[in-house]
Amino acid sequence: MKEEDRLEERNPIEDFLRMDRIPHIWCPGCGIGTVVSSFAEALRKSKLNLDKVAILSGIGCTGRVAGYVKLDSIHTTHGRAIPVATGVKLANPELKVVVFSGDGDIVGIGGNHFIHAARRNMDLIVICVNNFNYAMTGGQVAATTPILANLSTAPYGNFEYPFNLPYLAEASGATYVARWTALHLRRVTKSIQEALEHRGFSFIEVITPCVTLYARRNRLGDGLNLLKYYYENSEIQHGADTRTLDISYQGKIIVGKFVHKQKPTFLDCMNEHLSKVLGNKYKPYGVSHD
Amino acid sequence: MKADPKGVLTGSHYLDGDYAIAEGALAAGCRFFAGYPITPSTETAERFAERIPMVGGIFIQMEDEIASIAALIGAVWGGMKAMTVTSGPGFSLMMENIGLACMLETPLVIANVQRGGPSTGLPTLTGQQDMMQVRWGSHGDYEIIALSPDSPQECFDLTIKAFNLSEMYRVPTFIMTDECVGHMHEKVVIPPAEEIELVERKWYTGPKDKYLPFKPDKDMIPFMVKVGEGYRFHITGLTHDERGYPVINAECQNKCVPHLVDKIKLNAEKIIEFQEDETDDAEVVVVSYGITSRVSIRAVQQARKAGIKVGTLRLITVWPFPERRIRELAGKIKAFVVPEINYGQMVYEVERCAAGKASVYHVPHCGGWVHDPKDIFKVIKEAAK
Repeated sequence: MKEEDRLEERNPIEDFLRMDRIPHIWCPGCGIGTVVSSFAEALRKSKLNLDKVAILSGIGCTGRVAGYVKLDSIHTTHGRAIPVATGVKLANPELKVVVFSGDGDIVGIGGNHFIHAARRNMDLIVICVNNFNYAMTGGQVAATTPILANLSTAPYGNFEYPFNLPYLAEASGATYVARWTALHLRRVTKSIQEALEHRGFSFIEVITPCVTLYARRNRLGDGLNLLKYYYENSEIQHGADTRTLDISYQGKIIVGKFVHKQKPTFLDCMNEHLSKVLGNKYKPYGVSHD
Repeated sequence: MKADPKGVLTGSHYLDGDYAIAEGALAAGCRFFAGYPITPSTETAERFAERIPMVGGIFIQMEDEIASIAALIGAVWGGMKAMTVTSGPGFSLMMENIGLACMLETPLVIANVQRGGPSTGLPTLTGQQDMMQVRWGSHGDYEIIALSPDSPQECFDLTIKAFNLSEMYRVPTFIMTDECVGHMHEKVVIPPAEEIELVERKWYTGPKDKYLPFKPDKDMIPFMVKVGEGYRFHITGLTHDERGYPVINAECQNKCVPHLVDKIKLNAEKIIEFQEDETDDAEVVVVSYGITSRVSIRAVQQARKAGIKVGTLRLITVWPFPERRIRELAGKIKAFVVPEINYGQMVYEVERCAAGKASVYHVPHCGGWVHDPKDIFKVIKEAAK
């Protein structure tokens, strides 16, 4: 259909999406799309040159984000978006490099890459959509599933301790850490904006409804019921001690911005150290020498 | 294009194979190395880490081999030339993203300094047991290029060649050496930069919104761009169309996969390099590669002294395999003798191509040391009967 023949008003988010790939594959009531909207809004507000922003995803429902966003975008293998992003960033230090993926991808199979990129304070923005389960494969238990939640590979309920992601991120060395739910759209947008401005490893966890699998299997109702749960049980505590942020089944969710501090990035450390040791023999990498 | 003199250590050096690989990479314009330490390949990473700050580029020691090759893929799409080095166990970990690199048609170079396996096997001792893994190790159908140097000088030369081939065909290219060559010290002559010919990446220069990352050009090879230049391209490890968009059906699969295979298969004759000696009147031809080809020389000399008409064919390109030449020889000779430090890998390729026209004798060795030339000689003698 030609643009001028369209009856409906043009949505401003279209500028940020590959409209030739819409409709997307996400289920009704899924929270991933809302996080993408927040991301697009954050990009719009940031006034960044979008040619200089790259997005990478791994595998899974959230792994599809890179395919829908109209930026240079790489859909990688399961759990490996962070190391691929590390390569992109180091090849082009002037870029903003965003990893947008799910909990299973980033802290399940990709957990090792996650902690090491945080340790290096690699200048990346990691947005982790946490829906408490492996949704693309049909709702299996994850490293983030609250104890007692029922999933297809935990048919009698989960008994493993889940990760507390902000604590993991901070302990590993992340210099920006926030957690929100899909209900906190404006705050997610603001966090992404802050992360886009931040130099260093930024981590934003967004807890989202998975209606088709997590909610249905646990008889938690539809998307609206889950948003009500977030509304009634989430509590904003900026600067909270990340050790206290465990999430129990249908329990309280502490959200907020927990860490925001300045620390030299991987490239800062490399350039500073090598300049000190090697003197004039070393020309700082990724810095204009004009 | 000519090599950038910044990376070229022109002169005559006494280097081991591992170091020579690092020098070859620097001469070829590689400015990104991500790796994980593993014996007997670590010296390449060490050399690169020491040299790169003065040349200008990145060395990063990643958390594992999975991350190492993942970082390479990112750096290459970021516009750099990139390599890593590993050995058996690390090579196994890389298989997942070797598949991604093939699927994304990403040029990069991986050196495997082979050791004895399986599993942790013989970390410090030699083997040639990953020759089939390099060809088939990642899941699905794809083609790669693999070269096998037999000396430190060739480690240098073939690393440059590996970068050139990988850029020319947009395909991961492998240097399949082994602990013996990796740790062997010999003279390595590094020519002046202006004598090193490099293949430049096939950069796209058309309109920004018309770029198609997987549209084959006339030579079958699609153009590349860099992240950050406004093309807003998308690439995925899923089966994809020319735009790089996922298309999950048999029709698209039947375009995507044949392209990955054919771009190498149909160019095989241009890629393949081997060294043949005294095959004109040979009744027996010894087919070998890497360190084993040097060990074979002694056996071949002995056989000739004993009056056996024996020639040699040394594989420099291991994959794609020189099928045509093996077929031709099979029609003329009595037998092939294939010594290799494994329990039978490349010998199956020789057998397949000989197709019953010539006998094929394997000289196995399960690793830890090279063959005793006497064992190869014995088989040559038997094959000549």
